[in-house]
Amino acid sequence: MDIKDIICAENKVYAAPELLDQSVHMHYCPGCSHGVIHKLVAEVIAELGITERTVGVSPVGCAVFAYNYIDVDWIEAAHGRAPAVATAASRLWPENVLFTYQGDGDMSAIGTAESIHAANRGENIVMIFVNNAIYGMTGGQMAPTTLVGQKTATTPYGRRIDLNGHPLEITNLMAILDGTCYVTRQSVHTPAAVRKTKAALKKAFENAMAKKGTSVVEVVATCNSGWKMSPEKANEWMAENMFPKYPLGDLKNE
Amino acid sequence: MKEEVRLMKGNEAIAHAAIRYGCDGYFGYPITPQSEVLETLEELMPWETTGMVVLQAESEVAAINMVYGGAATGKAVMTSSSSPGVSLKQEGISYIAAASLPALILNVMRGGPGLGTIQPSQADYFQATKGGGHGDYHLIVLAPSTVQEMVDFVGLGFDLAFKYTNPAMILADGIVGQMMEKVVLPEQRPRRTEEEIRKQCPWAADGRKGDRKRNVITSLELESSRMEVINHQLQARYREIEKNETRWEEIDVEGADYLIVAFGTIARICDKARELAAEKGIKVGIVRPITLWPFPTDAIAKAAEGKKGILCVELNAGQMIEDVRLAVHDNLPVEHFGRLGGIIPSPEEVVVALEEKIINK
Repeated sequence: MDIKDIICAENKVYAAPELLDQSVHMHYCPGCSHGVIHKLVAEVIAELGITERTVGVSPVGCAVFAYNYIDVDWIEAAHGRAPAVATAASRLWPENVLFTYQGDGDMSAIGTAESIHAANRGENIVMIFVNNAIYGMTGGQMAPTTLVGQKTATTPYGRRIDLNGHPLEITNLMAILDGTCYVTRQSVHTPAAVRKTKAALKKAFENAMAKKGTSVVEVVATCNSGWKMSPEKANEWMAENMFPKYPLGDLKNE
Repeated sequence: MKEEVRLMKGNEAIAHAAIRYGCDGYFGYPITPQSEVLETLEELMPWETTGMVVLQAESEVAAINMVYGGAATGKAVMTSSSSPGVSLKQEGISYIAAASLPALILNVMRGGPGLGTIQPSQADYFQATKGGGHGDYHLIVLAPSTVQEMVDFVGLGFDLAFKYTNPAMILADGIVGQMMEKVVLPEQRPRRTEEEIRKQCPWAADGRKGDRKRNVITSLELESSRMEVINHQLQARYREIEKNETRWEEIDVEGADYLIVAFGTIARICDKARELAAEKGIKVGIVRPITLWPFPTDAIAKAAEGKKGILCVELNAGQMIEDVRLAVHDNLPVEHFGRLGGIIPSPEEVVVALEEKIINK
């Protein structure tokens, strides 16, 4: 059999998502979880056939440039304000599907009020929350979700409860709000986890399309640069240290 | 709804005017002395008639970012607040200006600094006209002196905001927000259809239809050479606005010996002072800047020719006076008179100030 017979369209098992812009280089560090999550979001939007009516709201943080990669319309919000931005864009264009893509600082520090209140109002939006327990963009400072004892640029001797308070489980807070219909915590560190996250994102977007209320998909993620680990080691560290504090699975599914 | 004559508060009139203009969305947070805007909108329920969205946000910060989000999709959206709340909105206003989005912001000014007082003030002149938030940007700033102008400036503000894709602000004092006057409400205009919005705002993030490239609303550009170009484009737009949109009113300027420059409702008190001064044989003309930015620099310079002095009357410690001095290059005496803390000067006080600070000095 000739190699040309093997490399053909019928045998194709994988391709880059059509909505992932191949003309630009991703700025994410090698090993970062954002690339995988972007890919999943791009796949889900295309598969649901909502490319022409999906608008993303990007945060301030590492994902600020998400609009360079996923080929839908985007609004880049001020730090923490993405849920407020999405609220208006969603209410003013009810046929459109709005999603926010936020990090731990954006969602659970500076934007806590906007996140809680958008979810509590039950805005028909998807909130994707990438929790890597550190501020990657600004050089590895403490996040609200930084673990006790975890070393960062602003907790050089490890996070201390007496100095820095407790890690914030904002997704658990989201789950008790009447406005949320689906709250889940996933990860993308193994092929099986990636598939589960994709299914979760799909459900979240379907909820927004069906106007069921707010869906929150937390993805517990690695920041191997900020954590100062190899990508492989970062995945291991996450499973060992992050998952006990941020256990994976659905917190609410109505 | 047909054109209609009504008696109402300035704040209520804003709500009616917004609906009748065909505004798509209002996002606000209660604060005295402007809460009637949101209250009136909630009472009128425009979502049942024109389809206008009205939402009480969790904060002024959220409200202005809702305006940012709505404006980013090409909709005609607005917010209103009063001084402390407008301070909170400054971050969002800077983003709206930087992203070149049309939006309308109403500030019904109360006295500050800090929590200050709920009584009227004009102490946010600097904030409104000199930036307010971070970065080199300008709002188009309209200063109403009557409830009728509150109504008219909703339409004018939106029209200018869309013409220049630049946020506009109605800078009202607490007096015109709270007082009742006869007002002509314009005929109901239909809200733009989605098709019309797409045509008018091809840049809007309203869903990437067909073959068009994705629209991205952002104020971020890390490449310095491109960021400088963006800044120059903004500045070029500001020069264009200065050239086309400067507005002011003059009363009895010709033949006067003295000028009073005042904006908002204070200009009406000064007009009464002009009459009182005339009875004493003092000839006073009034220049009332209507756009505080762009400021009527040339008009004031021209009006000042041959005059013996200018009194700037403001409900603050002297803010607009800086622009008046720049306009006349200090070629004649320019003095400030103002009351603070929410106290409104009487016309008699203004005449005394004119005599003491200018005429008999």
